[in-house]
Amino acid sequence: MTVNVRAIRAIYVFEMARTFRTLLQSIISPVISTSLYFVVFGAAIGSRITSVEGVSYGAFIVPGLIMLSLLTQSISNASFGIYFPKFTGTIYELLSAPISAFEIVTAYVGAAATKSIMLGLIILATAALFVPLRIEHPFVMLLFLVLTSVTFSLLGFIIGIWADGFEKLQLVPLLIVTPLTFLGGSFYSISMLPPAWQTVTLFNPVVYLVSGFRWSFYGIADVSVGVSLLMTLLFLAVFLAVVWWIFKTGYRVKS
Amino acid sequence: MSSVISIQQLSKTYESGFQALKGIDLSIEKGEIFALLGPNGAGKTTLISIVCGIVNPSGGTVTVAGHDIVRDFRAARSQIGLVPQELTTDAFETVWDTVSFSRGLFGKPRDPAHIERVLKDLSLWEKRDSKIMTLSGGMKRRVLIAKALSHEPDILFLDEPTAGVDVELRRGMWNVVRALQARGVTIILTTHYIEEAEEMADRIGIISRGEIILVEEKAELMRKLGKKQLTLQLQQPLDAVPPGLSEFALTLGAGGRELVYTYDANAARTGINTLIAALGTAGIAFKDVETRQSTLEEIFVGLVQEQRS
Repeated sequence: MTVNVRAIRAIYVFEMARTFRTLLQSIISPVISTSLYFVVFGAAIGSRITSVEGVSYGAFIVPGLIMLSLLTQSISNASFGIYFPKFTGTIYELLSAPISAFEIVTAYVGAAATKSIMLGLIILATAALFVPLRIEHPFVMLLFLVLTSVTFSLLGFIIGIWADGFEKLQLVPLLIVTPLTFLGGSFYSISMLPPAWQTVTLFNPVVYLVSGFRWSFYGIADVSVGVSLLMTLLFLAVFLAVVWWIFKTGYRVKS
Repeated sequence: MSSVISIQQLSKTYESGFQALKGIDLSIEKGEIFALLGPNGAGKTTLISIVCGIVNPSGGTVTVAGHDIVRDFRAARSQIGLVPQELTTDAFETVWDTVSFSRGLFGKPRDPAHIERVLKDLSLWEKRDSKIMTLSGGMKRRVLIAKALSHEPDILFLDEPTAGVDVELRRGMWNVVRALQARGVTIILTTHYIEEAEEMADRIGIISRGEIILVEEKAELMRKLGKKQLTLQLQQPLDAVPPGLSEFALTLGAGGRELVYTYDANAARTGINTLIAALGTAGIAFKDVETRQSTLEEIFVGLVQEQRS
């Protein structure tokens, strides 16, 4: 099987150029909003909370905050990246090019994930300015960072294909992802919840992402890190299957 | 000549139930300029879109240079450049970037010299660093052509290339198309401007309501279907066609000062001799004679009306 590497590179470079052209919106605004979280939760409220499972509250929320940005940014980058050509009509070129679905997805998801990873690292660096950080399992941390970025860029790609208007692009991140992230233990350990709610929370997929990611930092987790990894891979597999179905049927891409 | 695109029994029914193509058979010869002529909604764009991979066919097969467009889409699509009908361009990218992007998308190695040549041929070189959104409609059209030519295709599809383009630019575009043909590129253009087909094409296919009604060499088509008109400028105006001339298909024009005779130029007997003799008998004198071949437009309108009735 041949792979049109030049096409992948062309799309990737094109998408990254878009990122750097909109640097302010792409990178700086998430950094500012994250810094605000630190000021409010870390410094103002966190000073009243001594520590969570031996970790200062400011440091405790860092993995959750990064996760929040990774999820929302991956989805919005990837969905916009593929929605825009659909909206302007330039997708004709993508469809008429000698390029396979696999290559299209690799390029768009790759670019969106790259941006998310960059963003995650920038937020991490920003966090280090506010709170003392330690990363016990750096490789696991990077693994989760990359896996989450890729997985949710895939979800973003799916949303971008599905959306037939700009409001739908916002719908999923706003109404589903952000609430799930806030309720997914970004700002607290789920062991703080009443037992009944702890069980309910386990249906929230974001719990597994935040928990695993936090484990790579501090060695503390709500669920075992193996389960977290497994769940992440499961999401990846589900989204891959949906993308495969989209290209097989031509759903909202080809009539 | 050998066929470079072969279309067999191609049909397309959209989800809405609209049947855009009804079993099209068409063969495009290597190196020709083929004009696909038809009214709006006839299926021109659907046909092109299927060959280029933008729309899935409902039935039938298409091969491009021997490669099936579905099974062997990479080989088939690499040969094709497409200029769409709508001005669908990026907005914030520069001309240079968007054209280079297209080349990459088609898997060709970078070749700045080629891109430069294409941009210069299309008078876009001065604009290479301009953002596309700052360009005029005519320039955007040329950017789309440049994108299609960026990967050196052997086959170029032009979907309504001169729609909304001013006369001067249209001439310029025709020159570009001719130069491409001279280099061996096969060109398929759709149009509903008859003059464009008449001016450019080697062969013309007429499509109406999802069916190819006719495919013919342009000259042959003009000859075969061409009606001619003989116009006689009269010395004295007439009130009506004299009864003695009623056997001829005559009409009066220009307030009775012209007598127009329509005849088939290819018929063995055009009837001109008898007409002139009859005029002499009737005592009608004329001061000038003019004959006119019907344009492709008239042929086309005639064919489409025939199909509808």
